[in-house]
Amino acid sequence: MPLSTDLLIARLAASAAPVRRLRPPLLRAAFWLAGVAAVAAVVVPLYGDFALFDRRMQDAKFVIELAGTLLTGIAAVIAAFQLSVPDRSPAWAWLPVPPLILWLAASGYNCWRDWIAVGDHGWRLGESAACFATIVGFSIPLGATLLFFLARAKPLAPMPVAALGGLGVAGLAAFFLDFNHPIDASFLDLGWHVAAVGLVIGCTALAGRWRDAANAQAGRPSER
Amino acid sequence: MPDDNRVATREAEWSRWMAAAQDGDRAAYERLLREILPFLRGLAGRYHRTADQREDVVQDILLTLHRVRHTYDPARPFSHWLATLASRRSIDALRRRGRTERVEVFDELAYETFSDPAANREMSARDEAPGLHSAIATLPEGQRQALELLKLRELSLAEASQLSGKSVSALKVNMHRALKALRARLKGD
Repeated sequence: MPLSTDLLIARLAASAAPVRRLRPPLLRAAFWLAGVAAVAAVVVPLYGDFALFDRRMQDAKFVIELAGTLLTGIAAVIAAFQLSVPDRSPAWAWLPVPPLILWLAASGYNCWRDWIAVGDHGWRLGESAACFATIVGFSIPLGATLLFFLARAKPLAPMPVAALGGLGVAGLAAFFLDFNHPIDASFLDLGWHVAAVGLVIGCTALAGRWRDAANAQAGRPSER
Repeated sequence: MPDDNRVATREAEWSRWMAAAQDGDRAAYERLLREILPFLRGLAGRYHRTADQREDVVQDILLTLHRVRHTYDPARPFSHWLATLASRRSIDALRRRGRTERVEVFDELAYETFSDPAANREMSARDEAPGLHSAIATLPEGQRQALELLKLRELSLAEASQLSGKSVSALKVNMHRALKALRARLKGD
C-alpha cells in the first residue's frame, strides 16, 4: 500500500489552513468586466475615431456586428467563470453561441456586400493585418488578467474554461477594434479575425493545459 | 418520509462541516472527510472494479477536494459539488489507465514481456544465449558440477559440499575456473 487513505485524511486535516471562499462566479465575472469597462473608458477615446464611428452606426449591419462582438465577449467570459468551479452545469458553455452566430453572420454579410461593391480589392493585405495586430494586442493584457482571475478557482477541466475565456477576450477585442475601423470587413478581414480569435483561444487553452499539468504534479503527495 | 429527512439532515451537516473547514476548523474537516468516504468509494466503484484502483481514485478525489475547497459555496448543496468533482476525477483516472494500458502489458508470470514484439525477441535472445548450454557441457566434470550446484541450483557452499563430497575450497576453485572458462569461450564465439 503506497499510503493509507486513513493517513491521507489525517494529513489533509492537519494541513487545512483557513481559505478565502470564492465569490459566486457571476459576481466575479461582473467584477472583471467592470474593470475592463473602466479601462476602456480611458483608452478608447485615445484612439477612437468617433466621427467615423457615428457614420458607421447609421448602418444596421454594423450595429448588429458590434452588438454581436460585445455580447459574445460578455457571454463567453460569464461562461468561463461559471465553468471554472466544479458544481456548475456544463450547459453554460453554450451561452456565447447565439451572439457568436450573430457576430459571424453580420460580419459575413458585410464581407459579401463589400465584395460586391469593391470587388477583388477586398483581397488585398494591409489594413487587415493592422486589425490582426490590434486584436492580438488587446487580447494579451485582457487575456492575462482574465486567466489570472480564472486560475484562482483552480478549474478541474482547464481546457474548456481557457477556451471560453479566449473567445470572450477575442470578442471584446473585436468590439474595441470597431471604434477605429475605417471599412466594413472584407473576406480577408474576416479571415484575419477568425485567425486572430483562433490564435487567442489556442494560446489561452494551451496556458490552461500547462497549468493543469503543473497542478497535477503539485497535487501528488511526495510519498508516492 | 423518514428517508428524505435523513438525507436532508446529512446534507445540512456536510455543508456545515465543509463551511467550518473552510474557516480552518480541522476537526470538522477530518470528520467530514471520514464521513464522505463510503459515498466516495461507492461512486469510484462505479467506474473502477478492483479495490486498489478504487482506493487510488478515492485518494485522488480527496486531494482534489483539498485543493479546490475554497470553491465550495455553503449556500449550495455540498453533495452535488462533491459528486461532480468525484465523477470528474474517476473519469480522469479511467482515461489515464486507458493511456497506460495501451503501451504497457501486465503479466505476473512474464514480467519482462513488452507490448512491442521486437523488444521481446531482443530480451529473450539475451536470456537464452544459445551457446551457453553447449559451453557448459564441454567443461571438465568438476567445474561443471560446481557450476550446476552453486549457480543453477543456487545451493550454498556448505550444502554443495555436503551433496558432492568435495571440500568448500575445492568447489570455490572449480567455480572460479568454470566461470573463467565460460567467459573466455562465449567471448570467443
